[in-house]
Amino acid sequence: MKNTLALTGNEAVAYAMKQINPDVVAAYPITPQTSLVQKFADFVADGEVDAEMILVESEHSAMSACVGSAAAGARTMTATSANGLALMWEIVYIAASSRLPIVMPVVNRALSGPINIHCDHSDTMGARDSGWLQLFSEDAQEAYENTIQAVRIAEHPDVLLPVMVTLDGFIISHGMENVELFGTEKIKEFIGEYKAEHSLLDLKNPYTFGPLDLYDYYFEHKRQQAEAMRNAPEVVKKVGEEFARTFGRDYAPGLVEPYKLDDAEVAIVALGSTCGTTKAVVDEMRQEGKKVGLLKIRAFRPFPRAEIVQNLKGKKAVAVFDRSDSFNAVSGPLYSEVTAALYQMIDSGSKVPIFNYIYGLGGRNISLDEIKGVFNNLLSGEVKNEINYLGVRE
Amino acid sequence: MPNLKELAARPELLSGGHRLCAGCGASIIVRQILHTATTPVVVSCATGCLEVATTIYPYTAWRCSFIHNAFENSAATISGVETAYRALKKKGKIKDDIKFIGFGGDGGTYDIGLQSLSGAMERGHNMLFVCYDNEAYMNTGIQRSSATPKGASTTTAPAGKVIPGKKEFRKDLTAIMAAHKIPYVAQASPSHWKDLTNKVEKALNVEGPAFMNILSPCPRGWRHEPNETIEIARLAVETCFWPLYEVENDKWKITYKPKEIKPLSGWLEKQGRFRHLKKEENKHIIEELQENVNQDWQALLDREEKPAPAQP
Amino acid sequence: MKTWKEIPPGGLILEAGNASTYKTGGWRTYRPVWDEKKCINCLICWVNCPDSAILVKDGKVTGIDYDHCKGCGICAKECPSKIQAIKMVKE
Repeated sequence: MKNTLALTGNEAVAYAMKQINPDVVAAYPITPQTSLVQKFADFVADGEVDAEMILVESEHSAMSACVGSAAAGARTMTATSANGLALMWEIVYIAASSRLPIVMPVVNRALSGPINIHCDHSDTMGARDSGWLQLFSEDAQEAYENTIQAVRIAEHPDVLLPVMVTLDGFIISHGMENVELFGTEKIKEFIGEYKAEHSLLDLKNPYTFGPLDLYDYYFEHKRQQAEAMRNAPEVVKKVGEEFARTFGRDYAPGLVEPYKLDDAEVAIVALGSTCGTTKAVVDEMRQEGKKVGLLKIRAFRPFPRAEIVQNLKGKKAVAVFDRSDSFNAVSGPLYSEVTAALYQMIDSGSKVPIFNYIYGLGGRNISLDEIKGVFNNLLSGEVKNEINYLGVRE
Repeated sequence: MPNLKELAARPELLSGGHRLCAGCGASIIVRQILHTATTPVVVSCATGCLEVATTIYPYTAWRCSFIHNAFENSAATISGVETAYRALKKKGKIKDDIKFIGFGGDGGTYDIGLQSLSGAMERGHNMLFVCYDNEAYMNTGIQRSSATPKGASTTTAPAGKVIPGKKEFRKDLTAIMAAHKIPYVAQASPSHWKDLTNKVEKALNVEGPAFMNILSPCPRGWRHEPNETIEIARLAVETCFWPLYEVENDKWKITYKPKEIKPLSGWLEKQGRFRHLKKEENKHIIEELQENVNQDWQALLDREEKPAPAQP
Repeated sequence: MKTWKEIPPGGLILEAGNASTYKTGGWRTYRPVWDEKKCINCLICWVNCPDSAILVKDGKVTGIDYDHCKGCGICAKECPSKIQAIKMVKE
């Protein structure tokens, strides 16, 4: 029985959280995440969820409380954006290294400075080495579904790592869509009950969390953490497949989503809501007989190196879209990682011509025409520069 | 109110083999507190001497569950544990009664940890936060904190040729916590174990947040002999530098009034960190410090809840 | 030493109180010597020991844990002046 509601991305995620019904939510408001926690707060105030909500006094304390709660064996969630994520950065690393399955929607917003409340990926990219999984959502439906799957992925015994589910600020978070909600009972069954292996509240098995490592043990602990992330791709795929079976989806969400890419001559690689815009352009250009395609990256962490190479092999030209800049005097972060993947995995004879388009910083809009222009340049071989800033006033 | 024999019969929750300095005030405080608790406890601790020296992987001296997260968030962390406890107990997943104690040094409480502490106290979590105040960032090498007394020499505000140590008076954190209007706030000292344990009992029994500030002499940082730790704490109390008082539901009460208040100079003399104050040009600082202690003591006496006047 | 596969994940220490296997007694320069005959079992030494090294059973002092005692001397100093049941002696 379908239950479709007109919801914003934030509301869709709040509904997902409602149906997940975590034990503890500790959150601090920040634009454009605010309507997400506010919606959830309504559920709490109306007694529609069992979650204990901690209205902390900062994001640093939000993640700190989440760590305490998760270490106590409770299913724990929070949500944030931009500077909030930046403020909790210290503890974000600790959550991952302590192997706590915290799930956190991140409503993508540009990091200051200058201060800007609109969408770009600098916040999530800033945490790309933190050890968290990072799933990018194309639209509100995906944000809803990714949040549900994130709980299973995070709590999987081969992973036990925290997961960020991102959705583009304002574009998805505040844009209204028809969202199909699944049955709460079915979701409950899918995510199961959380049974932490260790709990501070287990008086029979007291343990110490967060000891000091000297140089004789730190490396081993980090090696373990690296292994957990290496186990993650399989788990993301398996959970996606089970999700598709359980909730009746034709397509099992995996690490990447190729869109009309098989016979495409040229491709754009992108994250988040721009994928939706690009799909519209691809459809239009395909009508005109142009062989274009999109490689949507759903999981940026773990980085789907093999899938990216497999999908881009043999393409005439590829444009990598970065909605953030690395400021490393070279390129944006997605471009760095995609080119590194291609370098290692394609033999030198079959180098794929590849270009970077840094776009949309601070919520600068990207239009269908601009994307069309990129595809046309790729097709005609007329891309002037390797690294391009798309949409800035030069 | 248990006596020492009763306390000694309870389990020892901090094992030997930790690497705090010989004569460290912090472990004495922790032992006195843990022996007072009759309900099982879960403890959090900020980065600092206590945390580092008791949990060097793969060793832990804690026999109860213990969580260290980071430097500034001991209170936020334990508030998360306490909330998980309430959530899981409500669902019937936890049946035991457990109490929650957050520890922090003056660094992790007065300074970098102040926000996290204030937030946790304001939210009304059922927890006790204990500051073991050794009056500087001792673990990282005796750097000044806002709890360092004026005139003390620390490595970041050293007594030099031009500047004679810390220029500012201490921050009155206990009063700040009392201003949060939480059910219980107290100042204690390990030299007065009975007063300390009575306060800990009260603090653990209130519904809601409690805060205790406990003086923790540091042989290394204060530059005194390791065997003088308790004596120096006692003298701090006898000079009224560290008054023992409690604030229960906004009512202030001094729990120990010295029969004869000793001069502060006697306390300063015993510590190498104040050695430079003996110089002629620095003697005025001793006077300032004494004046400051006098004023604060008088203010405390004035603040004490007065008994109702006799009816005519 | 254990490999990364042999230690619990997340940096947890699962054996509570295992620091007791680490012998800090080697730090001592002076050791406390307790005179059972003089001791009145006031337990002041016990409540002021930083290393839980005063052994007490059934409300009575039974000895000193020399595996962990660091020789700080607080016990000797705080023992009531009229009693002086603990003396610090060079190792």
